[in-house]
Amino acid sequence: MRRLWRWLIPLAALPVLALLAYGFRVDPRDIPSPLIGRPAPAFGLATFEGAPLSLAAHRDKVVVLNFWASWCQPACYEEAPILERNWREYRDRGVVVVGVDIQDRREPAEKFVREFGLTFPNAQDLTGAVSVDYGVYGVPETFFLDRQGRIRVKHVGAVTDAVFRANVDRLLAEPGSP
Amino acid sequence: MSRLGLRLLTSLFFLSAAVSPVTAQPAAPVSEETVHEVAAQLRCVVCQNLSVADSPSEMASQMRAIIRDRLAAGERPAEVQQYFVDRYGEWILLSPPRRGFNLLVWLVPLAAVGVGLVTVAVLVRRWTCHRRDHRPTRVDVDPAMSERIRREVDSGP
Amino acid sequence: MTADLGYGMTLVALVLAIYGGAAAAVGARAGRPALVESAQHAALGVFVLITACFALLTYAFLTFDFSVRYVATNTNLGTPFYYRITAVWGALEGSIILWSWMLGLYTLILILRHRDSARELYPWALATMLGILAFFLLVMTIAAPPFQRQVPVAADGRGLNPLLEDTGMITHPVALYLGFTGFTVPFAFAMAALITGRIGDTWLVLTRRWTIVAWYFLSLGLLIGGWWSYHVLGWGGYWAWDPVENAAFMPWLTGTAFLHSVMIQERRRMLKLWNIVLVILTFGLTLFGTFLTRSGVIASVHAFTQGSIGALFLGFLALVVLTALGLVAWRWEAFRSQGELDSVVSRESAFLLNNVLLIAAAFTVFFGTVFPLLSEAVRGVKVSVGAPFFNQVNVPLFLSLIFLMGVGPLIAWRRASLESLKRNFLWPVVLGVAAAAAAFILGVRSALAALTLATTVFVGATIGVDFVRATRARLRAGEALVPAVGGLLRRHNRRYGGFVVHLGILLIALGVTGSHAWSVQTEATLRRGETAELAGYRFRFDDLTAVEESNHFKVVGAFTVSNGRVLDVLRPAKKFYPQEQSPIAYVDYRLGLKEDVYLVLGDFARDGTQATIKLQVNRLVSWIWIGGVVLTLGALLAILPERRTPA
Repeated sequence: MRRLWRWLIPLAALPVLALLAYGFRVDPRDIPSPLIGRPAPAFGLATFEGAPLSLAAHRDKVVVLNFWASWCQPACYEEAPILERNWREYRDRGVVVVGVDIQDRREPAEKFVREFGLTFPNAQDLTGAVSVDYGVYGVPETFFLDRQGRIRVKHVGAVTDAVFRANVDRLLAEPGSP
Repeated sequence: MSRLGLRLLTSLFFLSAAVSPVTAQPAAPVSEETVHEVAAQLRCVVCQNLSVADSPSEMASQMRAIIRDRLAAGERPAEVQQYFVDRYGEWILLSPPRRGFNLLVWLVPLAAVGVGLVTVAVLVRRWTCHRRDHRPTRVDVDPAMSERIRREVDSGP
Repeated sequence: MTADLGYGMTLVALVLAIYGGAAAAVGARAGRPALVESAQHAALGVFVLITACFALLTYAFLTFDFSVRYVATNTNLGTPFYYRITAVWGALEGSIILWSWMLGLYTLILILRHRDSARELYPWALATMLGILAFFLLVMTIAAPPFQRQVPVAADGRGLNPLLEDTGMITHPVALYLGFTGFTVPFAFAMAALITGRIGDTWLVLTRRWTIVAWYFLSLGLLIGGWWSYHVLGWGGYWAWDPVENAAFMPWLTGTAFLHSVMIQERRRMLKLWNIVLVILTFGLTLFGTFLTRSGVIASVHAFTQGSIGALFLGFLALVVLTALGLVAWRWEAFRSQGELDSVVSRESAFLLNNVLLIAAAFTVFFGTVFPLLSEAVRGVKVSVGAPFFNQVNVPLFLSLIFLMGVGPLIAWRRASLESLKRNFLWPVVLGVAAAAAAFILGVRSALAALTLATTVFVGATIGVDFVRATRARLRAGEALVPAVGGLLRRHNRRYGGFVVHLGILLIALGVTGSHAWSVQTEATLRRGETAELAGYRFRFDDLTAVEESNHFKVVGAFTVSNGRVLDVLRPAKKFYPQEQSPIAYVDYRLGLKEDVYLVLGDFARDGTQATIKLQVNRLVSWIWIGGVVLTLGALLAILPERRTPA
């Protein structure tokens, strides 16, 4: 029996190796958000045209809140036309798309909006307060808010048609606020 | 990217006449040291493993401004930290909160040091006891030789 | 054409390495020296081929051959000549070539040095080296081929990561890799010892110089990395406890433990098992380091790309560790030896304590590095373990180690009498306590800083005491001063080399303490002409200029620094590279022995009227780099060949 204790030495390495192997299954850059299910933080910004922009104005609607930046290539450039297209399709169904531009200069940001012909409201978050309030750690990130104003889904990375429609359709199907 | 691209980039800077907003500091009396202390406990979200205090990135600069504003508004450092934890999760703290499972990260190394010291103590005890049992019998040395050796040893390094 | 030629050479090298490893192993087992000689030739062939690959790749970089994907991704037409060469090892594929080349070089040196000296061990050591080399060539062939074709050939490349356009780029990876790969040789000999059952001192004596050289290069690599971080990365620090930094630090810690415990085996024939386990641990940690850097399992600023390469490295790490430790378990009986110590108070005990502390530190760093992974596996919650944790837990360990550094060399082997203890340590203790008192009087209120100062002075005094006493004995014997010192250093070069290395570590400790305890920093937004103040310095914002360089666009701020009189104009900059998403901050600094003034440019107004800067006054940081130079001198002294005749 004493002879067998020595084999503990190589065996001791196994749990460590197993833990490292587990590391392949997780993405260290993917941080889950603690805000899911919580009421979306309010904010008061001004769009590029100067109009006020806040969530209060869109109560009872499904809100797609998208954080972007003009230097975020290629992801933001990929999703901009998708967002615009879906916005035009869903705007009469009680859905609003809101874009917040972070850590950006005004000139390239306006150029971005012009380039993609974005018609949904876009504002600049100059101080970063809004992005931190939403726990944003990179661009693009998109939040799907339900009609009660709660954050239901956080999508990291470029939004695709499928992602947009699946989430929005599901939230639209839910009953509105009492 | 081509030379043309570089030119476009540079012209972007010269063409724009608007003053771009710079993170302004509020006029409240918050010491930079306190801001630095709070920021040093938070992880910069766009860098790898740097604290918000250290990171030169714009995001970190904005986060520092938020810390400054909140401290100026009267929040305590712990509350400011909690504000960030509520939005990013425990991950944003550079040192895990000392609760529950996280205590292991301090206790296990401590236990390892303890185990190491105990092992060495046991081994040393075993080896010195063993030595005592195996001490060779004394050999008688000629006193003159002994004196010569002592003199040489005392004079050398 | 280039791509195909390169790939072909890599493939042939791989086949040769596999053949060589097998031939050496079979030759050793069956006692056929002809096979071993054939393996030697194969090793030479492998080295020549890897060198050719390296040369070919460098040529492709220098001639802007964008048909090779690796070249296209890492340079562009604007990359300066010098950096086109260093870009060869700037990314994943190139780093594997560099590693393989060094392994090949070390294998050749091993052949030249040891083919006649260690008949039994040598063939197995050669087989192990070739086996490991074969693995890296395998990675080069299937997971990270540097010679992949780029189709269609672009007119211009993407460009080098701007952070890598620095002199640190030529030295940091080279030194670090020389250190990592250097530990392969002692490991190979340890394997040979286990396989042949000759676990006595032969393998240890043969690898002594290898260990010092590998340890030295690892130290150098870490120090240069710190220097690079300090003057390029723009955050004002030199060590962030980033996972990949930790991955290089852990083998350094266990390697240091190994360096010391071999002395016990040399003198007292003890700790044979422990030494073999230590060298396996050290080599395993170097593999763990490469795994960490390349697998993306733990996020890090250093991380190269992800992909199948991570799985390959983990598989190899598992193979090596399980095989090596399995051999240890198999040879367990051979390690039966009675350890004997005369007294608890002896150098042997000090060395044992040294080992415990170093291994505990390595374990702490390891556990802290993988804890986020563990937390996610067990709780599903992501946590971060960063600088605050590592500093907190490691400081007491390192402080104790520094204290031991003073005690160890002076305490006697076997048994230290009370008299010898008094003779050796009275003055150092007195001076240490005096230093603590002086620090307190001078206004130092941090207990930790005072304790570190006291310990540093104590250790410095022990070195001084020994040196003075030894020199005095020689002077008394009639020598003049200079020949006495010279002779002393030469005759006992191992001992005094060690002392000088310890001195280097002391200086580094001093720098680290100073920078942590007494550095100050602040942030300020200034309009043109306005000044900010910090630690007696005034910083006036003069100007902001824009400059266009060959491959980037630079905005430079001019700040006049004065402390009563004008000292300097610092020009921190922000560089905008087309291929990078956000600008890179370039610091400017004014170095000094007592303190460094350090400036980082943050936000600025487009018309140049306003700028935000981060100011730092870092204290005593320069002593870290000075300590590194001293460490180099000590290592050089220690590896000089021993003098048989008295000086």
